[in-house]
Amino acid sequence: MRRPKKYEAGEATQYISRRAAIRKLQLSLNDFRRLCILKGVYPREPKHRRRAQKGSSEIKILYHTKDIRFLLHESIVWTLRDYKIFAKKTSRDRAIKDFRNLKRRLALFPEIKLDHIVKERYPTFIDALKDLDDCLTLLFLFSTFPSLHLIPREQSNLCRRLTIEFLHYVIASKSLRKVFISIKGYYFQAEIKGQKVTWIMPHYYPFKPQSRQEVDFKVMSIFVEFYTILQGFTNFRLFHGLNLAYPPQFPSSLLQDNEDTFKDEASFVSDRIAALNFELLRTDKVQEDEEEPDIDMELLEQDGDSKRIIKMKQEAQEVSRLRTLFKGLKFFINREVPREPLVILIRSFGGKVSWDASVFPGATFAENDETITHQIVDRPSLSTQYISRDYIQPQWLFDCVNQRQLLPTNDYFLGETLPPHLSPFVDSKRDSYIPPEEKALHDPSLIETHEQSEEESEEDEAEKEEEEADQELLDAQLQLAYQQETAEYKKYGGPDGVNEDEEDLSEEDDEEDDDEEDVDKEDVDEQTKRKQQEKEKMSVQSGKVHKVNKRQVHKAEVDEHRLQARMVKPRHRNLFRKLIREKQTKEKEEWLLRKKRRNIDADTKEAKKAAKREARKLAAEAAARAAKLVK
Amino acid sequence: MTKKLTIKRKVKEPEPQNEAPDSHESSDNEEEEEDLLQAVKDPGEDSTDDEGIDQEYQTDSSEDLEFESDEEGNYLGRKGAEGSSGDDDEESAEDEEEEDDADAKKSSKNNDEEAATTSKSIKKSQEKPTSSNKVVPVVPARDPSKVEYADSDTSDEEDIRNTVGNIPMHWYDEYKHIGYDWDAKKIVKPPKGDQIDDFLRKIEDPNFWRTVKDPLTGQEVLLTDADIALIKRINSGRIPNEEHDEYAPWIEWFTSEVEKMPIKNVPDHKRSFLPSGSEKKTVSRMVHALKMGWMKTTEEVQREKQEKRGPKFYMLWETDTSREQMRRIHDPVSAPKRDLPGHAESYNPPPEYLFDEKEAKEWHKLKDEPHRRKLHFMPQKFKSLREVPAYSRYLRERFLRCLDLYLCPRAKRVKLNIDAEYLIPKLPSPRDLQPFPTVESLVYRGHTDLVRSVSVEPKGEYLVSGSDDKTVKIWEIATGRCIRTIETEDVVRCVAWCPNAKLSIIAVATGSRLLLVNPKVGDKLLVKKTDDLLAEAPVLDVIENERIKTAVQWANAEPADQEKGVRVIITHFKPIRQVTWHGRGDYLATVMPEGANRSALIHQLSKRRSQIPFSKSKGLIQCVLFHPVKPCFFVATQHNIRIYDLVKQELIKKLLTNSKWISGMSIHPKGDNLLVSTYDKKMLWFDLDLSTKPYQTMRLHRNAVRSVAFHLRYPLFASGSDDQAVIVSHGMVYNDLLQNPLIVPLKKLQTHEKREEFGVLDVNWHPVQPWVFSTGADCTIRLFT
Repeated sequence: MRRPKKYEAGEATQYISRRAAIRKLQLSLNDFRRLCILKGVYPREPKHRRRAQKGSSEIKILYHTKDIRFLLHESIVWTLRDYKIFAKKTSRDRAIKDFRNLKRRLALFPEIKLDHIVKERYPTFIDALKDLDDCLTLLFLFSTFPSLHLIPREQSNLCRRLTIEFLHYVIASKSLRKVFISIKGYYFQAEIKGQKVTWIMPHYYPFKPQSRQEVDFKVMSIFVEFYTILQGFTNFRLFHGLNLAYPPQFPSSLLQDNEDTFKDEASFVSDRIAALNFELLRTDKVQEDEEEPDIDMELLEQDGDSKRIIKMKQEAQEVSRLRTLFKGLKFFINREVPREPLVILIRSFGGKVSWDASVFPGATFAENDETITHQIVDRPSLSTQYISRDYIQPQWLFDCVNQRQLLPTNDYFLGETLPPHLSPFVDSKRDSYIPPEEKALHDPSLIETHEQSEEESEEDEAEKEEEEADQELLDAQLQLAYQQETAEYKKYGGPDGVNEDEEDLSEEDDEEDDDEEDVDKEDVDEQTKRKQQEKEKMSVQSGKVHKVNKRQVHKAEVDEHRLQARMVKPRHRNLFRKLIREKQTKEKEEWLLRKKRRNIDADTKEAKKAAKREARKLAAEAAARAAKLVK
Repeated sequence: MTKKLTIKRKVKEPEPQNEAPDSHESSDNEEEEEDLLQAVKDPGEDSTDDEGIDQEYQTDSSEDLEFESDEEGNYLGRKGAEGSSGDDDEESAEDEEEEDDADAKKSSKNNDEEAATTSKSIKKSQEKPTSSNKVVPVVPARDPSKVEYADSDTSDEEDIRNTVGNIPMHWYDEYKHIGYDWDAKKIVKPPKGDQIDDFLRKIEDPNFWRTVKDPLTGQEVLLTDADIALIKRINSGRIPNEEHDEYAPWIEWFTSEVEKMPIKNVPDHKRSFLPSGSEKKTVSRMVHALKMGWMKTTEEVQREKQEKRGPKFYMLWETDTSREQMRRIHDPVSAPKRDLPGHAESYNPPPEYLFDEKEAKEWHKLKDEPHRRKLHFMPQKFKSLREVPAYSRYLRERFLRCLDLYLCPRAKRVKLNIDAEYLIPKLPSPRDLQPFPTVESLVYRGHTDLVRSVSVEPKGEYLVSGSDDKTVKIWEIATGRCIRTIETEDVVRCVAWCPNAKLSIIAVATGSRLLLVNPKVGDKLLVKKTDDLLAEAPVLDVIENERIKTAVQWANAEPADQEKGVRVIITHFKPIRQVTWHGRGDYLATVMPEGANRSALIHQLSKRRSQIPFSKSKGLIQCVLFHPVKPCFFVATQHNIRIYDLVKQELIKKLLTNSKWISGMSIHPKGDNLLVSTYDKKMLWFDLDLSTKPYQTMRLHRNAVRSVAFHLRYPLFASGSDDQAVIVSHGMVYNDLLQNPLIVPLKKLQTHEKREEFGVLDVNWHPVQPWVFSTGADCTIRLFT
């Protein structure tokens, strides 16, 4: 039997380096990259890199051999090769100025077909939904792009179309769950068929020229090429699931993809938002079939009241409440507010929305409509205000959605300093630092009352102080008045003057009596003291409580624990150290945040107090001035 | 300004110039041209001078130049449009014709006349375009260079003709001349008057306003009335030629009417009546192509393009979860999702999430290694939504995500999600393993240098310590009082109290001498008995060999020493490092690390005899130990421990410590377990029955471990280290052989002070109580109870 050579079997044959893969596929690096992106083939991390690389220890990009063999049978490999041939032939035609042939060739441009790849990468629809995050984020980004060298207008136009369609689906299905304004963009999370789909809508206007090293648009464009196909099929299925016509039909006045709209960026964007404000055509002609039976609660309850079921029930109730959160509310968006995210938000929770018709198309009602309940404003002040509506800042909507209830609007009024905007994506039961605002959200009764009581106590103190101060003021004023009175009295002289002197005398007598009594009391005291001492001698003294020094005990415990920690098995020692270090950094982080918060709170409190004191001082001064005037 | 010369020139020139056009044009063309010219000239010819016309043409170019400068190119532009090169040629031809006449006349002229002629000639030139319009189709284009040559040739009225050509004249600013005439002589610039001259002339000369300087020659030219009229006309935008009639009747040279009769009488060819065969072929080919669908009409092409635009979508997945059997990539690993944002990423985060100065500084400092930052972005707070700008790194982040998706190696890994506590072995709580020493209860002070060694009396009342201050001190344990101090001549390395309770002897290793000291404490009977025992040396019946003799000498102590309590002095040939007793108290072993193959010695007290057990040295011996029960002898070299059978005189076992340097060892009272301390921070527990490798390695200390000691009764052991700590541990050995020893660290006692990197040097247990004594470099002995 032949003795097997090294690296002829096992891991070494499982992996293939990129170089070898390219050679095997007979493609250029660019084509290979394109193929990998489209087919979703990625490098693998071998278990033993050295073995997988046939003994060399430098880090190479390794692919699974089976993946590469799989690529070998892909039909688009031929299309990629056709591209190359096409490029050669057309360039030849161009060079010899054979324009007729060139025209013919250009018409026969080899189109790449990706449908089968979508099916192959996502065998079930749920798989596709699971992977929709990156897809949507990238499409939303590309839908805002201008026409670039590597990104044709058609592509960003298609992106725009697909994202609008998706947003329409989200609005129609009311599947939006969480929203968040980050410094990077607006995060949206929808729950579609049980899958959480999160995407980012960048702040306006995300595009800026990038150097080649920073961002390679070519690569992103290839991703988008695939993602548009994926999103298209996903949209198709989603729309059909809701009995909506696909492609969606918009009001004819909107969204005309002619050349003019392509050129004008502003109208391009505004059209896109306008489209969101209209209902879509349905195939089944049944308007708003309302509540669909989500989970049959009764059926579940029969199984038994386990905690999980209760939780599910609560969740379902919350969601149903969320879906109709803005129902019956009418919003008007001022022109300085970014409309797109707000329109999605309001429309998907049942609200009605409009904006200034003179600035952007698609408005459904005017600003002077008396039935508007909320006007969303993002400026410090507004000249004309209606009494019938609340002027709120856009954060209110986001916070409402995240807390799944309509919040009081007074914190969000025009020009008000906003409360912190918290992320809805953090785990509320995590063991790291939780800011007090979040604590208040989860346990409003306890924390708020606590805070209130604290505040109250503080306020009480402050009030007391204030009251005292006021009292003093009053007293001073009274004193003044009294002195004035007496002065007047002395001036003019009164019949009661003599009586007053008598009263004084009697008071003096009383005092003398008191002194005598005191002497008597002292004698009595000595006797009792003696008795008491005697008693004390006989009595059983109460035992002293032995106080345990908590700190020492704690220290001893820590020492003990440390000693035990030294008994960790040698093979676990590094892991143990790592874990401990992680834990320590986490704790440190938490401690730092807590400390910062404490300092900030203290500062604000101090500032408040100072302000109050200042105010009081002013009041006192004013009072004094008034008193002087009186004088 | 002499006219003759110019005329001469013209006389000379005509032939070649005539030839030039002739050669280019066909003869009939020329004739025609001449005819035309004649016709045009007719109106002009009635004026007096033929020469004038001629001359006018010559001046033409120069005057052009002036106009150019006057009118900022307006005129020039017009002229350029009007006069093509063909015109010029014509002119030249015409000139030549007329020159003949001029020659014949040869009349002299005055200036005025000349002026008159120039004006006329200008008119002529203006007239020209109209005529040329008609002629254009007849006269083909000529080489411009040639024209220019001809032009310059004929069009100079003066003998001073500049041959420099069309160059910027300021090139001659620095020279006295302004070019060259036909004879290649310099044309000297006319004297240039200063401003006063100019001014005077302005005053004196009535014609000053109409004098113009010819830039080409530097001569002054006086403009005639006609010239001025012409300039005025041009300025006002009229046709320069006054006499030109714009509304003259149109002469139709080529009739627009179609003649009924053909000009030539040749009949048409048959081919012209027959349909083209090749065209028919192409048409039929196209029809066929259309039929077969190879070719498409423009409408069809448009429609197809419209259809092709954008991908087509259809129902790709029939249901949500059904999957079709399809080949997929091998073992797919889905990419992990991006982390969702926390509070810190909010546009309006709680204030504590914002970086303070220190954090911001650190964040900026880690620019080169962004993965070490605690957040990949800098938290920011905006007062309102309208102030939030686009995130500057958004594109980059999306791009990096794309790179991650196609370029990042993926593997399935089990994520270890355990608590650190889980890794700590489950051990009984120290509280359940009491008693053990927990607090420092006594400190024995008195030594002035580091205390090397400590040993306790078997009954547990007294304590002996040896120090670097060359003294041995005997202490009462209970009170901490120093009972006796025995001064020696050298540093005391080791003290050991005889474990036999019936003897009161302390072995003191000081320098290279081993002193056997009677401490004279405790039971007086016992003291006396010991004294008696050590008083006289037994008679040696065996003759000692040379090797031993040179190594060891036994001697009774001097009277002075006797008083101190020293009874026997065993002088070694090298400094002694360690002394240890056999359990019964008759044998004791000493270690001299420098003694090479004689570094370990065993002394027998009763016979006052010494033995050298090893003939070969197996390494630097660190310490030795007697087995408590068996006749075994443990020898620790730097790396290994060898166990010898003293009876059979052979090696039983070699224990591999896998450490760099052993410092000390201690054996469990039952004799099955050995504890070894090393200078590389470790303590090794050997189960002698189990293996030659350590059963457990403990890294309890943070620095070199100096000594270890087992308690005789309790399952306790203690270790002292350079990190100033004495660690008391529980070391339970079970009688059941299947059960492994249980080791639990109990208490860290850290009260010793640090002196020059030394902490605790020696530890020893009280023989009865769970008390531990430790000696330190801080000159103290401490008792922990």
